[in-house]
Amino acid sequence: MTASPSIEIIYLLSAILFVVGLKRLQSPATARAGNAIAAFAMLLAIVATVVDAEILSWTGILIGMVLGSIIGGFAARRVEMTSMPQLVGIFNGFGGAASALVAVTEFVSNPGVGVGTAGVTILLGTLIGGVTFSGSFVAFAKLQELMSGNPITFPGQNVLNALLVLLALALGTVTLGVVGALEPLTAFYVFCGISLLLGVLVVIPIGGADMPVVISLLNSYSGLAASAAGFVIGNMVLIISGALVGAAGLILTQLMCKGMNRSLANVAFGGFGGSAGVDKAQIGKRPVRRADAEAVAAELGYVNSVVIVPGYGLAVAQAQHELRKVGDLLEARGVSVKYAIHPVAGRMPGHMNVLLAEADVSYDKLLDLEEINDDFANTDAVLIVGANDVVNPAARDPKSVIAGMPILDVDKARRVIVMKRSLSPGFAGIDNDLFYLDHTLMFFGDAKSSMSDLVREVRELA
Amino acid sequence: MSQLMIGLYVFVLATLAGREIITKVPPTLHTPLMSGANAVSGIAIVGALVVAGRADGTLQTVLGVAAIAMAMINVVGGFLVTDRMLGMFRKH
Repeated sequence: MTASPSIEIIYLLSAILFVVGLKRLQSPATARAGNAIAAFAMLLAIVATVVDAEILSWTGILIGMVLGSIIGGFAARRVEMTSMPQLVGIFNGFGGAASALVAVTEFVSNPGVGVGTAGVTILLGTLIGGVTFSGSFVAFAKLQELMSGNPITFPGQNVLNALLVLLALALGTVTLGVVGALEPLTAFYVFCGISLLLGVLVVIPIGGADMPVVISLLNSYSGLAASAAGFVIGNMVLIISGALVGAAGLILTQLMCKGMNRSLANVAFGGFGGSAGVDKAQIGKRPVRRADAEAVAAELGYVNSVVIVPGYGLAVAQAQHELRKVGDLLEARGVSVKYAIHPVAGRMPGHMNVLLAEADVSYDKLLDLEEINDDFANTDAVLIVGANDVVNPAARDPKSVIAGMPILDVDKARRVIVMKRSLSPGFAGIDNDLFYLDHTLMFFGDAKSSMSDLVREVRELA
Repeated sequence: MSQLMIGLYVFVLATLAGREIITKVPPTLHTPLMSGANAVSGIAIVGALVVAGRADGTLQTVLGVAAIAMAMINVVGGFLVTDRMLGMFRKH
């Protein structure tokens, strides 16, 4: 690449600022400034590029920049916090598409690029970017419920995917002129089509509940695609930033898999929800102790410590604001209130924390699994709202289908209150022994109306 | 050393640095981390500007401009939504 040394220095500065910005995300107190630093780094890189690059026509560039900024800005302002996974998913898709298009444009400009670094990185950038693009749109459609969230599977699916990868490899060699079976440009277009098709095919068999893993992984891919585009045009700031994002996505993917107690291969190739050997007819048949809002208010209002465990059911019912009111009222009575958040409580890593932050819960009260698990033994009462598998003590039983899954040890608290619609099983499809323990009270009902009732009852406590 | 090898060194070291930084991000910030990292991957805008700037055919121009628009959605949307989320994290 022929960027002048002064421009390279600006790119270097930009790369440093990306690292500094991401580092500030290590604490909620500095995170917002960190994001602003990263945004400034991006502005720096854009200005440096525009100053340095030969620009034959400004019209298209300005149109693209203005259009993209308006769409992105509008989406960012309007999105509901519950829809964050979809938004991140679709932004990922656009990032991947941009990287792929950089590679595609380079090839179209020089179809005789041949074997070598340039050719190979163009193919890699097109493949990764293409898969990210179409895969992200399928993930978006599933999360937005534009299509069924159920896994779409058919016989020979994995064989077909493997064949497509082989075909892509073969077309790659034709594209680079190793084998002269087709015009390189024709082979390349088919290669692009296969990349897009692969993205669709690898995401459709994955169920809606596994989308957090998919979004994390596609996030990683969008970084790798940017790195590949960096190799194509010989630009270090792209390679560095892409690598940072690639690492971030990979770490979050691993954390999500760990939280769900599954391997990445297991998520990718399905085969879960296997409740084989579980007697489904027995689920919810055992007697439970029920409590109404008044009784629950009394259980929570006269103790020293309460831990609230929110699950995705809370967010679906949009009851997080009512929940925060309950928390505030209890604190006003001198009760210590904390929130225990399981890694997979929401639809993406850390999603539940954002939903509670939106409801104005102070972030120092949001504790993750490792921080809170030892405290349950000293907790007077636990209030579980719309969570199931993540509090199922069966995870400690080596014979259970969820054996080894990290769970919140809520059963160790002196009193357990479960707010839930019914005794129906969670995603794992198994019964939850927690509901039948002697010190567990079931508070049945819709999360929103139950929570409103609870707000009223706590307020009326003496 | 070839351009490719330099690039590979940079890529591997940046990945390791990213790993060190990002493992220390607390779970409570994982969603803003993901959307912020996502915005950073919009760095493809630099590549898009380079290829669109030197595009000399209609096809190249169209592809380049499309790349710019999509990268800008990623950049502007990503940073703004991350800022919006982080603004909600308050301690009181």
